[in-house]
Amino acid sequence: MGSIVNTQQIINGLQVGSIYALIALGYTMVYGIVRLINFAHGDFFMLGAYAAYAAFYLFNTWFAKGSGILAFIVLLASMAAGGGVALLSNRFAYKPLRYKPKLSSLITAIGVSMFLEYFFSALPAIGPSFRAFPTVLPKRQIPIGQATISNYVVIDLAVAAILMIGLTLLVKKSSLGKAMRAVSQDKDAARLMGIDVEKVIGWTFLIGGAFAGAAGLLSGMTYPRIFPYMGIQPGLKAFIAAVLGGIGNIPGAVLGAYIMGLAETFASAYNSLLGEGIAFAILIVVLLVRPRGILGEKIADKI
Amino acid sequence: MLKVKNLKVSYGQIEAIKDVSFEVPAGKIVTLIGANGAGKTTTLRALSGLEKASGGSIVFKGQDITGREAHGLVGLGISHVPEGRKIFPTLTVRENLELAGWTVADKKEVRRRMDEVFAMFPRVKERASQLGGTLSGGEQQMLAVGRAIVTGGELLLLDEPSMGLAPVLVDEIFEKIVEINKRGTTVLLVEQNAAEALEIADFAYVLEVGYTTISGPAKEIAADPRVREAYLGV
Repeated sequence: MGSIVNTQQIINGLQVGSIYALIALGYTMVYGIVRLINFAHGDFFMLGAYAAYAAFYLFNTWFAKGSGILAFIVLLASMAAGGGVALLSNRFAYKPLRYKPKLSSLITAIGVSMFLEYFFSALPAIGPSFRAFPTVLPKRQIPIGQATISNYVVIDLAVAAILMIGLTLLVKKSSLGKAMRAVSQDKDAARLMGIDVEKVIGWTFLIGGAFAGAAGLLSGMTYPRIFPYMGIQPGLKAFIAAVLGGIGNIPGAVLGAYIMGLAETFASAYNSLLGEGIAFAILIVVLLVRPRGILGEKIADKI
Repeated sequence: MLKVKNLKVSYGQIEAIKDVSFEVPAGKIVTLIGANGAGKTTTLRALSGLEKASGGSIVFKGQDITGREAHGLVGLGISHVPEGRKIFPTLTVRENLELAGWTVADKKEVRRRMDEVFAMFPRVKERASQLGGTLSGGEQQMLAVGRAIVTGGELLLLDEPSMGLAPVLVDEIFEKIVEINKRGTTVLLVEQNAAEALEIADFAYVLEVGYTTISGPAKEIAADPRVREAYLGV
């Protein structure tokens, strides 16, 4: 086991887990508020990566390559693209079906996902093939004991941590957060408090999409290769992470994502094919043993 | 304050409200009584914008509000305590009340109204930091009424506030309704507990399968032999 579970692998697992966590949060937030598995969510991740790519080449003549300001602009672009398209998909695809049978929205989500993937493959400016992702920030190795970690690990973990702490504060403390929790529990009651439910749902899509977009940037930096279908695998795995943690539960999504990241990294170290498949094995086990997930909601509801 | 004329509401093919007309004068307590399925809840839901009227008109403070969205009507002055209380179970009691102040820009005013609620319902104050879902049925009803006080509407719509409560609690809730009314809030009360409702109301309307049938001052309605037989069990 020593060769499989070691510091280096744990670091790698946490890095992958951070990216999954950012995607899984959007899945779980949207599910929490409209009970929809948004299968297009992985594509917001892809759009984030492409927006980051575009922003980098657009602005790298104005700001020094490798500068923090450029990296920040690239991050904002990825979040704006992910969040913006998530908001549009809600407005034009999901909102009209809000109070129709759930299956309609679910199938629509698959449609939105395929639309985004094929539409962006068809755009001449993007195309279906791989692109090399630019080095947004210079890469360095930092030795820690026997292991070395790349500064990218630190960046991935830090960006994910900052966004997740921000989200926790938003949900727990802000009035928008309170409204989001209220809407997820009872839309009619929320309306009677004067809350514009559609607006709150829009914000949820926007924030979830922005997080997926940021994950797209981190992923592009870490595995510097982007393509229009890059969101499918991480999207699926983040979805499994959200189910593992308890869909609809925000800390659960983060926990599930890190468990997934670690499990996948350890399994890959043993056998790379096993690494690809472990996520699905986890999904099957969760659905059999504990369908509501690790932190799945146990609502103290009196009727 | 409120004028409802020939209101119709349908769920798909089913017409739940066929022809309902009534008036709620400012400062009064008006009650709608009727059996299960008569359309009482649907009527209230249409008034607060949770259901869309398919016909007729609702005029509130001289403004036609037919078809307006629920969240906008809250700011206009309609507070609705829905059937089944609908408190937020995984939010604390305090958060439940704070959310009720969503449309109130002045947060000091929200605090003041929350203190008013705490003074009126000491039990709610004791439980302020508990999750809403851990409250007993009676406490949830008090919280639901408390939220409506924080919302601060001039017209309070109450849907079956006595449902599922012990008789002692029913008396307490009805006392509070009278108290809220005396402070200047107009009340529209929907009840199956017709005897209690008629006792505190000024005017009453009887709702039968989607129609308003009998109406008049509450005392006369309480004495009406048809009402006595059908709703008061005398």
